[in-house]
Amino acid sequence: MEGLTLSDAEQKYYSDLFSYCDIESTKKVAANGRVLELFRAAQLPNDVVLQIMELCGATRLGYFGRSQFYIALKLVAVAQSGFPLRVESINTVKDLPLPRFVASKNEQESRHAASYSSDSENQGSYSGVIPPPPGRGQVKKGSVSHDTVQPRTSADQQEPASPVVSPQQSPPTSPHTWRKHSRHPSGGNSERPLTGPGPFWSPFGEAQSGSSAGDAVWSGHSPPPPQETWVSFADTPPTSTLLTMHPASVQDQTTVRTVASATTANEIRRQSSSYDDPWKITDEQRQYYVNQFKTIQPDLNGFIPGSAAKEFFTKSKLPILELSHIWELSDFDKDGALTLDEFCAAFHLVVARKNGYDLPEKLPESLMPKLIDLEDSADVGDQPGEVGYSGSPAEAPPSKSPSMPSLNQTWPELNQSSEQWETFSERSSSSQTLTQFDSNIAPADPDTAIVHPVPIRMTPSKIHMQEMELKRTGSDHTNPTSPLLVKPSDLSEESKINSSVKFASGNTVADGYSSSDSFTSDPEQIGNNVTHQRSHSGTSPDNTAPPPPPPRPQPSHSRSSSLDMNRTFAVTTGQQQAGVVAHPPAVPPRPQPSQAPGPVVHRPVDADGLITHTSTSPQQIPEQPNFADFSQFEVFAASNVNEEQDDEAEKHPEVLPVEKASDPASSLRVAKTDSKIEEKTAASVPANVSKGTTPLAPPPKPVRRRLKSEDELRPEVDEHTQKTGVLAAVLASQPSIPRSVGKDKKAIQASIRRNKETNTVLARLNSELQQQLKDVLEERISLEVQLEQLRPFSHL
Amino acid sequence: MVHTSLDVVDEKISAMGKALVDQRELYLGLLYPTEDYKVYGYVTNSKVKFVMVVDSSNTALRDNEIRSMFRKLHNSYTDVMCNPFYNPGDHIQSRAFDSMVTSMMIQVC
Repeated sequence: MEGLTLSDAEQKYYSDLFSYCDIESTKKVAANGRVLELFRAAQLPNDVVLQIMELCGATRLGYFGRSQFYIALKLVAVAQSGFPLRVESINTVKDLPLPRFVASKNEQESRHAASYSSDSENQGSYSGVIPPPPGRGQVKKGSVSHDTVQPRTSADQQEPASPVVSPQQSPPTSPHTWRKHSRHPSGGNSERPLTGPGPFWSPFGEAQSGSSAGDAVWSGHSPPPPQETWVSFADTPPTSTLLTMHPASVQDQTTVRTVASATTANEIRRQSSSYDDPWKITDEQRQYYVNQFKTIQPDLNGFIPGSAAKEFFTKSKLPILELSHIWELSDFDKDGALTLDEFCAAFHLVVARKNGYDLPEKLPESLMPKLIDLEDSADVGDQPGEVGYSGSPAEAPPSKSPSMPSLNQTWPELNQSSEQWETFSERSSSSQTLTQFDSNIAPADPDTAIVHPVPIRMTPSKIHMQEMELKRTGSDHTNPTSPLLVKPSDLSEESKINSSVKFASGNTVADGYSSSDSFTSDPEQIGNNVTHQRSHSGTSPDNTAPPPPPPRPQPSHSRSSSLDMNRTFAVTTGQQQAGVVAHPPAVPPRPQPSQAPGPVVHRPVDADGLITHTSTSPQQIPEQPNFADFSQFEVFAASNVNEEQDDEAEKHPEVLPVEKASDPASSLRVAKTDSKIEEKTAASVPANVSKGTTPLAPPPKPVRRRLKSEDELRPEVDEHTQKTGVLAAVLASQPSIPRSVGKDKKAIQASIRRNKETNTVLARLNSELQQQLKDVLEERISLEVQLEQLRPFSHL
Repeated sequence: MVHTSLDVVDEKISAMGKALVDQRELYLGLLYPTEDYKVYGYVTNSKVKFVMVVDSSNTALRDNEIRSMFRKLHNSYTDVMCNPFYNPGDHIQSRAFDSMVTSMMIQVC
């Protein structure tokens, strides 16, 4: 090659163009296909192009090295300027304008032309013809043809100013054919006379054959360049292959190509169109991928199992090794299944490979799946630009479970589920503490209309637990946060359930306890429930011995319900745990065995505010709240019971007696409710205790309470119709109650006041705890996010 | 070396009967008079065996290091397995896997 001197602008321009053509990033060779497209975009006659290629030596070498390419560009400029093509001209022609390329499929070229060209006019004209961005592909084709047709004035080949040379002549199919032609390495046609190309262009050719040789061809080609790649996907010949097109074959190919590679072509085109980021997925491409994904997996949030993906990608006829590599790159979370993002990335890589791009060693950023699939939306609108460790199976909501083949995901599932489980357990432990704390508070005042729905937790939490488990195992791809996400929802569910579900049998308590643990979302509540239940269980016959609630010394609460109360209150005081409610295990043979701790349990659960009530109605709180057993209870009951939904009469009776002890009972309850929650309850309890100290001074003796509760029950019963169970018990005891009605009134009123106070305190406490819970959850989420981010690195 | 490896495998098989859950096996006893190398064995739950031969000239690697290496190997192997295009039993051609292994080896040596 003769020495080539380039000006700075030229140098820059040429190198950019070279880079553009260097689709394989070899830095040495410009892809023939691209070069051809480029030359076509120069709108030079075919023969000129051939001549250029010959001169630059590409035909001799068979490829476009950088020097050849530069020389070729220079010659293009020369030709466009109207100078005869000669080897010497590359250096002799001074002030040569930069070669102009029209409507090359690359906006880039046009851009470059615009930026570099000193010929503004030409630029203008060019820009006019520049077709819309390559991405438009087919659309562009049409438009380009139009554009080219219009500006086309003459077929002056040498006229750079006539960007659109032969648009007019290029029949609609020209682009296609052009594609083909572009494919065919003009390099090999160096010697081809003008007529030579004729055959190639024949397809367009039909329309233009007669006319100036290559002009029409050129113009028509502009759009095609991008499509070349399309074709490559469907067609075997790689872009770099120099093919000699036979007119017939060309035509056939064209049609075939257009038909067969309709979709692939689009993809390829799009792909090649993004010069800046070869791995960027355009919207069209993405849409196409999504459609393909749907054919395999209708649920956009679901996974495509490995086997299905394997079949699908095998159809692309890439070698298995490459497919394997593509899979490695795209299966970001290594779970053996492809999420939508992963699938799009894989498809994109396949398309790229088909187009001749080499596979990267690592996944390009634009193809990385979202890091954390917080948004469970299945939409794939955005390119998987987020880099991130999709750690927890991104976007794999539980719904995926059915779609995920267990086999493929054995490993990932194991890993992930283990991870999830691990975190889960962590949560549970934390929740446990939380719950305990809460339980301390809650049970405080069963009567305080805390009415926590919470107590019921056992059942619901259990359900949630199961759901959680299912979700977890099912969705490997769930984000690490997804469990959290699930949890919040579970939380709400749980709370609802809790409220709705009365503290049922103790069985549930036990379960609930564990499950509640799992539900971090509602650890406190759960804890409360659990504890409550536990306590209740002790009292209530059906309590399945929930985890032994803190030994509630509160004598007042013989039943678990009372325990709750005691627990909540006692937590703080600790001392007052009169085992009233006797944690479930120590169910004192309260006189009110019938009164299942149920009510109590319920109560305590409700009661964040119960705590406050502890003092006032320690007894009431756990179990009895519903029972309008004692005046105290009545007071509470009025406020609390209503809130609470204990419906178990059992509880109430027991609670009542327990509560009778009021102060002690409450303290007991507090103690019982939850030693863990002691902190809070402690604070509240003392207050409660101090306040409430009802005349129930004597340690809550179940028996005593019971009696009293009966008395109180009566009034309360009247007030709390909710507690059906209680009512029953109360009613039963009613006959015996009337006697102390008069005295009860005052007591009731007093207890009511106390209960109310307790209630408010507990309510406040509750809100504070809720806030804390939220904070903790947020922290957890952030930690999990971090964990996810770190996870990929931990393996290596 | 090959024979030793086979022996190692045999030994593992026998060990399998006892403790299937045994995740790791330090087979340090395999030191030949001339060949001073150690062979470490690691079997997965799916009976996939990893055999690591270490040259004793290298300061004996600590047991923990060996374990961690095996763990990493196991993890990479599972990643390779996840690839549906990979048939168990084929020669592993995963670049990521190879790079991991290489880095591990370099790290030790």
